[in-house]
Amino acid sequence: MKTQILPHVAARSSLSKKIAFGLLTVALILMPFVLGLAGPSWVRTADYALLYCMLALGLNIVVGYAGLLDLGYIAFYALGAYMVAVLASPHLNIHVSPWLLIPIGAGFAGLFGAILGAPTLKLRGDYLAIVTLGFGEIVRLFMQNLDRPINITNGTQGISGIDGLSLFGANFGSGFDLFGSHYNGAYLYYYLFLVLVLIIIAICMRLENSRIGRAWVAIREDELAAKAMGINTRNIKLYAFAMGASFGGVAGGMFASFQGFVDPTSFGLMESIMVLCMVVLGGMGNIAGVIVGAVLLTLTPEALRAAIHPLQDALFGRQVVDPDNVRMLIFGLALVAMILFRPEGLIPSRRRKEEFHHD
Amino acid sequence: MTEAIPTKISNGHGHGTHPMLEFQDISKAFGGVQALKNVCLQVEQGSIHGLIGPNGAGKTTLFNVMTGMYQADAGVFMLDGEHVSLKTSPQELAKKGVARTFQNIRLFNEMTALENVMVGQHSQTKTGLIGAILRTPAARREEAAIRTEALRLIEYVGLSREVACRVAKTLSYGDQRRLEIARALALKPRLLALDEPAAGMNPTETAQLQDLIRRLHADGMTIVLIEHDVGLMMRLCDRITVLDFGQKIACGTPDEIRHDENVIRAYLGGDAVSHVGK
Repeated sequence: MKTQILPHVAARSSLSKKIAFGLLTVALILMPFVLGLAGPSWVRTADYALLYCMLALGLNIVVGYAGLLDLGYIAFYALGAYMVAVLASPHLNIHVSPWLLIPIGAGFAGLFGAILGAPTLKLRGDYLAIVTLGFGEIVRLFMQNLDRPINITNGTQGISGIDGLSLFGANFGSGFDLFGSHYNGAYLYYYLFLVLVLIIIAICMRLENSRIGRAWVAIREDELAAKAMGINTRNIKLYAFAMGASFGGVAGGMFASFQGFVDPTSFGLMESIMVLCMVVLGGMGNIAGVIVGAVLLTLTPEALRAAIHPLQDALFGRQVVDPDNVRMLIFGLALVAMILFRPEGLIPSRRRKEEFHHD
Repeated sequence: MTEAIPTKISNGHGHGTHPMLEFQDISKAFGGVQALKNVCLQVEQGSIHGLIGPNGAGKTTLFNVMTGMYQADAGVFMLDGEHVSLKTSPQELAKKGVARTFQNIRLFNEMTALENVMVGQHSQTKTGLIGAILRTPAARREEAAIRTEALRLIEYVGLSREVACRVAKTLSYGDQRRLEIARALALKPRLLALDEPAAGMNPTETAQLQDLIRRLHADGMTIVLIEHDVGLMMRLCDRITVLDFGQKIACGTPDEIRHDENVIRAYLGGDAVSHVGK
């Protein structure tokens, strides 16, 4: 009976999909070794791409599902990062296990998501964006200035020496040996981040097709009609803020452990906008789209960085323009082109796809 | 899945002697404009009650008070014999059993027809964040049950299963109107408020709508109806209340309304009364 109602569910479980799924799994497992051939920095880039996946998936709940434009999302990334930095580093000489800090960070960021979301409940669109932008900056400024009267965040100098994760006594940061070669910590973090991203994807997929997920989309589509359906829009919006923030908190904690160092510059407005770009460019409200957006926007600038320097050498025999400027110029133009020619995102959400299909 | 699915639309609330809806001296002003002035309204259980009146008479304002979208300044609001505070929010009134459709269709455009109706069952279901993330047996059972119920309602209003999977935006105008009724029915309402359901429909669609409303009536639903198609109102309604400039000018059976002097004056102007009277 279910197949009759939703044909795409039946198609999803077909054999070819299973094979594709198997190949994807193998590719994801081998990925860091392939990237490692191009240079060790690429494995780190892959790690960052996965962190951005977590962030983009979190923001997607707020912006993509519930339709609440949040420009201060990076604040929750900062909260998660600083939580690990303060509670697992020599700075205050507290060393809580970062494993324990993952769920605590998620809960803490989620709580803050609801607290910062609460005053914005009556706002919409541009006004909401401005207020959340303000909140994002407030959190960053707190991190920057909480070195007085009691030194909690160590101000602009940031906190260094953050404990890395370890499993069965082996530190992630020291890497591992396999077939006589040494692989650094970035490889291990890759797998950890991959597992976390997969968990977050599973959570998003389940929420999407649930009572709460439908209520989010209903609010996005027509808030008044949603109220007329008996939806308590206040609570449902707070759920969205809290859920999205908790993913940001996890990503932040992982970032701090992985990097071993945090300072306020990592949590500026540009980062919020970058994550928002990932969501919009990939396809708002679509999990696959958001992931593609996050991966592309992390890899493209790095790829351009690697390509432009040798390219200028080959063409002019010297560096005519600062490679970094060219890189950002091309990147910016690509963003503008995307929005002009494919405003619905690279992979539009299922709902939008069906809309085109039937038009 | 083994749960019995009721075949009737009405959930069998209250079968006392009191009216389903009672407004006493409801007033609402917007700044200096008195949109509703001491309006009284009684909607009997299981009846179809029509609201007519010239543009700007206050029909939709009355609907908005009924569904909590506006808060009346003064008056008494009784639902199924119970006092309802004038400050009750739309979501609370929805939970109390007042469901509505909108004059300008307000579906959740990017969602499928089925999902639209499933949203209507929001307040009867309980699955929270944790239940949804863990996909507990209770959550799965609930999901299956509301899916089945949503399909039943979609078929009840005369839409096909094929339409159920389509995005609401892509449905034809008439189908969107029906879908909005199905979504309102998903609330298991005691009172169904339809705001101009036939607006913009062609004669065939209007005839189908008339059948649907008759079927709802036969199944025991109490309906309040705003409609400009006077012919349709005369055929469908048990009683009609006429509003003009925010005041009730007449109330009675369609026959009584047809011959009411005040109504003729409001619609056709003072001179017309003597002509029509002849």
